[in-house]
Amino acid sequence: MNVRIPGLLRSYTAGAETVELKAHATLDDAVRDLDASFPGLRFRIVDEQGAIRPHIKMFVDGELARRLDASVRGASELMIVGALSGG
Amino acid sequence: MASTKKTAATSAPRRTTLLIATRKGLWTLAADPARRSWKLTGPQFLGHIVHHALADPRDPRTILAAARTGHLGPTIFRSTDRGRTWKEAAKPPAFAEGSGRTVDHSFWLAAGHPSEPQVWYAGTSPQGLFRSTDGGVTWTGVAGFNEHPQRKAWCGGDQDGTPDGPKLHSILVDPRDPKHLYIGMSSGGVFESTDGGADWNPLNKGVKALFLPEPDPPFGHDPHCVRLHPRDPDRLYQQNHCGIYRIDRPAERWTDIGAAMPKSVGPIGFPMVLHPRDPDTLWVFPMDGSDVWPRISPGGKPAVYRSVNGGKTWQRQATGLPKAQAWWTVKRQAMTADQAPTVGVYFGTTSGEIWGSRDEGRSWKCLTAHLPHVYAIECA
Repeated sequence: MNVRIPGLLRSYTAGAETVELKAHATLDDAVRDLDASFPGLRFRIVDEQGAIRPHIKMFVDGELARRLDASVRGASELMIVGALSGG
Repeated sequence: MASTKKTAATSAPRRTTLLIATRKGLWTLAADPARRSWKLTGPQFLGHIVHHALADPRDPRTILAAARTGHLGPTIFRSTDRGRTWKEAAKPPAFAEGSGRTVDHSFWLAAGHPSEPQVWYAGTSPQGLFRSTDGGVTWTGVAGFNEHPQRKAWCGGDQDGTPDGPKLHSILVDPRDPKHLYIGMSSGGVFESTDGGADWNPLNKGVKALFLPEPDPPFGHDPHCVRLHPRDPDRLYQQNHCGIYRIDRPAERWTDIGAAMPKSVGPIGFPMVLHPRDPDTLWVFPMDGSDVWPRISPGGKPAVYRSVNGGKTWQRQATGLPKAQAWWTVKRQAMTADQAPTVGVYFGTTSGEIWGSRDEGRSWKCLTAHLPHVYAIECA
């Protein structure tokens, strides 16, 4: 699965705009895999109770995923976006 | 304690450098030896909301910065080379999974006792207390507070507190005893622990809480900034939402020292700074807490007020400050003092100016301007 990394997280990926992940069943699995490669990234976008942070959006093949238990089975792209966080 | 005093008294004064934490990043302002000219460097963490940056008094090469962004969750950055390079905490402050609570931001950083050189504390919004025993790399909740059966009663709900969220701040470590701690909470009040944070008791007698129905409630107060004097650790002061107070332990009741402020100015403000060597000298920066609480300099005429007798009387110190139409204020972490023989006092404003006095407040000069909203300044 191809992961599109927003600018605000590229300090974790050494500037990489996209990252390849192996196939996963859930968004949670995918984000944990991402965190294993880029430690600390998960907590910036997911809080300690397992909720996606309010101004982070994650799209799985173009569909907005609101929870980490969303399926990513067979998905080809995960797009992480930061949006609407104020002035 | 004796060794702590000796170290402080015999150390050569360091050149004053201010760490300036703002709503949009971190800057540094460094003085020449005479503190006449200042050099601004930065930004670092541009675009990050930096609530506090603090140099370790036990090892000034180490600096911690509490940051988040509008999008990203809260974290702590750590430098061990005076701010040249930074590394993110491996495990930032976070409440326990399943607790239902989430840290919005780390608000207040405090170095631990000199006998525990790797210990740091962090206070969060909403109110949580965290401890690191490895210099700020990993952080663990202080269960004695975060899971205390009375915590919710003390603090109210996570939605109660300041417009920027409820906060745990003013983490104070008694220089005589690493297990003797105080914290302040907005809201919640001042609390004390004598067992390293395993249990806590309110310390709010005598403090007004005009927003609560009880005349002298045990907790639920709104201390804005609490300070403990390093040379006389039984002497504490607080700038509260409802006045200015002093306590001399083991007394349990605070004394109202804000009543001596001029009526036209009032006793409301956010920050409070103590003289590093004289327990009777302190500075406050009043703000307008009348009517709908504008929270700006009263009348648009900013002024510092100093007391040299423990709050019995106050003197206005406004020489060099704008005489009119200056509508900024100073947040609770945005005022500090250096260690020089004639103490320098500094504050940062909500409009991004840093003001300094090299003569203990008698005269003021704008050291730099046009920064973002200043949240905190500390001497590095």
